[in-house]
Amino acid sequence: MKSQSRRDFFKLLGLGGATLLASSVPAMGSEKGGANNEALGMLYDATMCVGCKACMATCKRVNGDYGSLSYERASFDPDGLWDAPQDLSGSTRTLIKLCKESDSRWSYVKYSCMHCQKPSCVSVCPVSAMTKDKVTGVVDYNKDTCIGCRYCQVACSFTIPKFQWEKTLPQIVKCDLCRNTNLREKGITACAEVCPVGAITFGKRKDLLAIAHDRLQDNPGRYIHHVYGEHELGGTNHLYLSALSFEKLGLPTLPDNAPAEFSEKIQHTIYKGFVAPVALYSTLCFIALKNQKGQEKNGHKEDGE
Amino acid sequence: MAGHHDEFIRLEGKIFTKSFFVLLTLVIIGFYYIGVRYVKGIGAVSNMSDGYPWGIWIAYDVATGTAIACGGYAMAILIYIRNHWKFHPLIRSALLTSLFGYCLAGFSVMVDLGRYWNSYGFFMPARWQINSAMFEVALCVMAYSTVLVIEFLPAVLWSLENSRGETLRKVSAWLHPRLVPDEAKLASGLEWVRAAAAWLRPRLDKVLVFFIVLGITLPTMHQSSLGSLLLIAATKLNPLWHTGFLPLLFLINCIYIGYAIVIMESIISSYAFKREIEYNELAGLSRIIPWLTVIWLSVRIGDLVHRGQIVNALKFDFYSCFFLLEFCLVAGGSMILFSRRMRRSPRWLFITATMIILGGGLYRFNVYLIGFNPGQGWHYFPSFAEVMITVGVIALEILGYQVLVKVFPVLPNPHKHGANGHAQEPVGLPPGAVPQGK
Ligand code: SF4
Ligand code: SF4
Ligand code: SF4
Repeated sequence: MKSQSRRDFFKLLGLGGATLLASSVPAMGSEKGGANNEALGMLYDATMCVGCKACMATCKRVNGDYGSLSYERASFDPDGLWDAPQDLSGSTRTLIKLCKESDSRWSYVKYSCMHCQKPSCVSVCPVSAMTKDKVTGVVDYNKDTCIGCRYCQVACSFTIPKFQWEKTLPQIVKCDLCRNTNLREKGITACAEVCPVGAITFGKRKDLLAIAHDRLQDNPGRYIHHVYGEHELGGTNHLYLSALSFEKLGLPTLPDNAPAEFSEKIQHTIYKGFVAPVALYSTLCFIALKNQKGQEKNGHKEDGE
Repeated sequence: MAGHHDEFIRLEGKIFTKSFFVLLTLVIIGFYYIGVRYVKGIGAVSNMSDGYPWGIWIAYDVATGTAIACGGYAMAILIYIRNHWKFHPLIRSALLTSLFGYCLAGFSVMVDLGRYWNSYGFFMPARWQINSAMFEVALCVMAYSTVLVIEFLPAVLWSLENSRGETLRKVSAWLHPRLVPDEAKLASGLEWVRAAAAWLRPRLDKVLVFFIVLGITLPTMHQSSLGSLLLIAATKLNPLWHTGFLPLLFLINCIYIGYAIVIMESIISSYAFKREIEYNELAGLSRIIPWLTVIWLSVRIGDLVHRGQIVNALKFDFYSCFFLLEFCLVAGGSMILFSRRMRRSPRWLFITATMIILGGGLYRFNVYLIGFNPGQGWHYFPSFAEVMITVGVIALEILGYQVLVKVFPVLPNPHKHGANGHAQEPVGLPPGAVPQGK
C-alpha cells in the first residue's frame, strides 16, 4: 500500500515530464524547409569598408524620429554637438568598430540586426511585438505592443536588441532594415544607400549569397573562406565577408541550428493542442474528488455537514 | 476543505511588534527606490545591461520566489491527490505564503517591465504569441494568483462571519462621525456583510475542490515553463545548465522546495509565535523530500553524462564551483533526511530544509544569472538600490504574513491536532501521538 501510493505520486510527477521525455527523441516533421532566399538582406564586406561611419550617421538621421534614437554624448562634449556611441544601444541601431589584430592587420566591422531566418527574438516575444515579415523576411519591432520584458534581449544570440535603460518610458531599439523609413520611400536601406565604397550591398538573399560566393571565388587570398550568416543559426539575411576571423570581429561562432527550433519543439510537445494540461486537470479532479469523498465518509462526521 | 474550519485558529497577539517596524522600514526604503525607478527609468536604480537584461528581480523575485511560494502547490498535491489528510492543518499557512509569494512576484514583474502600461496585451488574443514560454508563464501565474485568492477566501469569510464585531465596531465608531452619518445604516451594512459571508462560505466549500485542482494544474504548467524560458538561450547559458530537461528539472525542483519551505515556515512560526511544533506532520513531510531530490539529481547527472558535460562539472572553475555547490546542498540535505532520527529533530529538520531551499534556489539562480554568459565582456552584479527593492518586496511579504495570521484563522489549531489522521500515513506515529478526536 505504501509503496503503491508513492508510485502514484511519482507517476503524477511524471505526467508533466512524460511529454517532455518524448521531446528528447529526435525531432520529427519540424518544418526544415530550408531558408527563404527571396528575403531582403544586406551583405557587408569588411575588406571594402573604409570606416567613414557614413552609414551610422545616416541611420540615425533617417530613423531618429521613428525609432526614437538620440545622439549620445561623450564625456568631454556636454552640449552634445557630436554623436559618440560606444556600442549598439537604446539610441544606436548600427555601429562601425575597428578591430585590430596587430599594428598592420586590422579591419572594420559593422553591427546591426542579422534578420535571422528563424529569429529567436520573434519566437520568445510574449505579445508579438517582434514580428518577421513573411515576404521580405524583415524582423520588425512594434513599440505599441511591447511590454518591455527584455526576453528578446535574453534570446538573441547576437545581443542585438537594445533597451533604453535611462529613459522613463523606454523601448527596445534594433535595426528594422529601414522598413518604415528609407526602404519604404526609396526601396533601399539608408546605410547601403550612402556607403561611398559599396561595402554594403542591399538585395535579395539569393543574390547576396551569389555575390558573396563570387567574391570568395575571384579573390582566394583576400577573405576567410566563409560567408558568415549563410548557415549560422539556420541562416541570417544579413551576411558578412571578412579577412579577419569572424570571432575577432565580435561575431560569435554559432551552430547551424536555430535555438528557436529547439525551444519551440519542446514547448509544442508539452502544449500540443492543449491536450496535456486538460488531461492533467481532469485526472487530478477525478482523484481529488474521490479522495475528498473518502475523507468525508471516514473522517468528519463530527464536524457536521 | 469542507467543514474543517476549526482545524485552524487565529493567532492572538499585538500586530505592531518590534519586527513589524523593522520590516516596515525596509519596505519603505524599497518603495522609495521603486519610486525612483518609475520616475527616472530602470537604469537609474539597477545594474542590468543589454547583456544581462534580467537581473535579480527576475532571477530572485520571479524565478526563485515563486518556487519558494510553491508550498501551497506541494501541499495540495500531498493532501488532495496523495490523500494524506493529516497534513491538512498545514495547508492554510502554506497557501498564505504562496499567495504572498506569487502576488509579490507579479508586483516585481511590474517593476521590472519596461513598458508595463502595455501589459494589457496579455488579454488581447490578437497579440498572443503561443510559442513564447513567457506568454504561458504570464497567463498561468495570473490565473494561479486568482486561484490562490479563492483558495484563501474561506479563511476570510470565516473571519467576517464570526467576527464578534469588536474590530468592526471600532472601525464603525471611527467611521461614523467622519464618513457615514447614519450609524444604524452602517450597522445593518455590517450585518449584511456578515450574512453574505455566512451564505457564501458553505457554497464556496462545495466547489472549492475544483479550484484546488486548478491550483495544482497551473503551477505544474508554469513552473515547468519557468525552466523553458531559458531553453532559447542555447548560446548563452552554460551547458552545465542548458538542457532540454530544464522544464522537468524546474518542476521537480519547485515541489521539493515547496515541502522544504513548509517545514521551515512551520518551525519558524512555532518559535516566533511560541507554539508547539507539529512534529508528526513535519517528519512525514521531510520523508518525501529525499525521494524527490533523488529523482531530480538523477535526471541532472544522467543528463550531464549523456551530453558529455560531466568533465566540465568537475573542472572546479567558476561554473563548476557553482554547480558543485548547488549539487552538494541538495544532495547533502537529502542524505540527512534519509535518516529517521534526524527527521524527528527540529534542529536538523530546520538545517536540512534550509540546505534544500538554498541548493534548489541556487539552481534557479544558476540558470537565470550565474550560468548565463552573453559573451563580449558583459558583467552583472546587482546595485544597492536593486537589492533594496528586492529586500523591500521580501520584507513586505513577511510583514503581510505576520499581520494576516493575526487577523485570519491560518495556523494549525493545536487542540485539534491530528484529528484528521485517518489516512494512515506510515510515518511511524509514536503511541502517544494517536490522533485524538475533539
Ligand atoms: S539578430 Fe537578434 S534581433 Fe536580429 S533577428 Fe536575429 S534574433 Fe532577432
Ligand atoms: S521586450 Fe518587447 S519586443 Fe522584446 S520580447 Fe519583451 S515584449 Fe517582445
Ligand atoms: S538597414 Fe536601416 S536601420 Fe538598419 S542599420 Fe542600415 S540604416 Fe540603420
